[in-house]
Amino acid sequence: MSDALDTLYREVILDHYKNPRGKKKLDHADVKNEGKNPVCGDEIEVEVEFDGDTVKDLSVSCAGCAISVASGSMLYEVIKGKSFDEVRKIAKVVKAMLKGEEYDADGIDLGDLDVLEGVRQFPVRIKCALLSWVTLVDAIEKADTNESSKLSTTE
Amino acid sequence: MSTLMQHKKTNPVIDPESIRRDFPILNRTVNGNQLVYLDNAATTQKPQIVIDELARYYSEYNSNVHRGIHTLADEATQAYEKARQKVANFIGAPKTEQIIFTRGATESINLVAYAWGRKNIGKGDRIVLTQMEHHANLVPWVALAKETGAELEYIPIDEQGCLDLDDIGEIISRNTKLVSVTQMSNVLGTINPVEKTIEIAHDRGAIALVDAAQSVPHMPVDVKSMDADFVAFSAHKMLGPTGIGILYGKEELLSGMEPFNYGGEMINEVRYDFADWAALPHKFEAGTPNIAGVVAFSPALDYLRNIGMANVRQHEIELTGYTLDRLSSLGSIRIFGPMNPELRGGAISFIDNDVHPHDLAQLLDQSGVAIRAGHHCAQPLHRLLGIGSTARASFYIYNTKEEIDQLIDALKEARRYFGHE
Ligand SMILES: Cc1ncc(COP(=O)(O)O)c(C=O)c1O
Repeated sequence: MSDALDTLYREVILDHYKNPRGKKKLDHADVKNEGKNPVCGDEIEVEVEFDGDTVKDLSVSCAGCAISVASGSMLYEVIKGKSFDEVRKIAKVVKAMLKGEEYDADGIDLGDLDVLEGVRQFPVRIKCALLSWVTLVDAIEKADTNESSKLSTTE
Repeated sequence: MSTLMQHKKTNPVIDPESIRRDFPILNRTVNGNQLVYLDNAATTQKPQIVIDELARYYSEYNSNVHRGIHTLADEATQAYEKARQKVANFIGAPKTEQIIFTRGATESINLVAYAWGRKNIGKGDRIVLTQMEHHANLVPWVALAKETGAELEYIPIDEQGCLDLDDIGEIISRNTKLVSVTQMSNVLGTINPVEKTIEIAHDRGAIALVDAAQSVPHMPVDVKSMDADFVAFSAHKMLGPTGIGILYGKEELLSGMEPFNYGGEMINEVRYDFADWAALPHKFEAGTPNIAGVVAFSPALDYLRNIGMANVRQHEIELTGYTLDRLSSLGSIRIFGPMNPELRGGAISFIDNDVHPHDLAQLLDQSGVAIRAGHHCAQPLHRLLGIGSTARASFYIYNTKEEIDQLIDALKEARRYFGHE
């Protein structure tokens, strides 16, 4: 298959897809949020347990394509233990990276996330990669504003 | 066209190889490979004669219709009305006035929901649909039910993906005002016994609409013997341009309905405080229509007529049977819808046990094979099936068994790429 395809489906991505990290149920979730990509039907659930304003633990359960599952799995690895502010910052960087915009990742540990750069060449897949991030950020906003359940979408 | 005519004399069955020569787009490559276009349920490709007519309209007789006394206006009007006549002939409509041009099947159904539904359906009335409807034949009724307090009831499907008609006598109850059913599912491929649902609807005093977006392009359809009250379909799914839909309706129903849009072309007489509607079909065609699209739909209809819709259907039964066999032999594929090609059309939805539909579509595209992945505008059906999305291959007159082989090879390759044998 082609080089472009290999940059989309990096080995790291396929590895996260086959063994998604963070696919579990939390015993003490402080907030839960569901996300949906209305175009393709991918669905995700994110649970977060807080310790003050840090993410003590989280779960990411995604029924979707390789890109959305892998993105959620990498999200889990990077986000666990981060403060709300850091989460927002990282989500912003990921968004900018996917959309091909400028970003400043100084002082941020992106883990495997840089492989998502390859998604940029496949515009219809950007939403797949974004789904878990949008859902997580909404979950945290929800906790911050005490909002009850809300469905996140990539639209 | 000439190759087709010659061909017809010698052999009644479709020869896709000669047909392919009439479709310039089929020569293109995608990602370095010859295009294998298997997304025909979404839209079909266009033969050169349709493309030529679009250009000929704009370069030779572009003009507004029904308005001018000059030569171009006359030519455009005649071509426009000739297309209407051809549509009427194609589906066996008794009168040309029963054919209304819209933007697509979606708008045709919305026209009925607004101009007929909101006048005739009220609180406590029932609307009957099926569990396999496209959003186009679902959302307009969900909205109407919400607005009026009418109730929605769905004819269920069985494990095969066929309508389960056991309780249809109760489902289509005495308070039912409308029964709206797809004649061919765009996801399951299932061909539904619409004659039966129409008959029961009429017995209950209800009106019957048929969503024929997938049936009219792929099989012989006769609206008169079917006895449907309304039939909706789209030109772009049957070799025609995008932006053209058809609504067929029974004359007494259409005559009794108020317009859907108001403006130019749909009036008889207008004063500052008064307007009186034009006769059918113009009452429902306010404003300047998509003239280019309508006139270029004529050659598409001629093309299909020359092949013969029974032959189109036969060709697709053969391709569908072949595809179902080959997909089944892969071992990793779950197919939705009936496994008997006689019961279904050539839109085949499936999932692979290991590779998500989205990824399949992406990997197949690398091989030049165009399939669709997603819920195909049928979210409730996918939820019922317990899946978020499916991959779908769908055929038309120019598809060949060799292309199905390429689809199968590409599916195997996609599995290998993801590390599955
Ligand atoms: C069964 C069915 N009904 C309705 C439609 C709507 O057609 P259109 O989008 O052309 O209005 C489609 C196609 O998308 C369809 O497959």
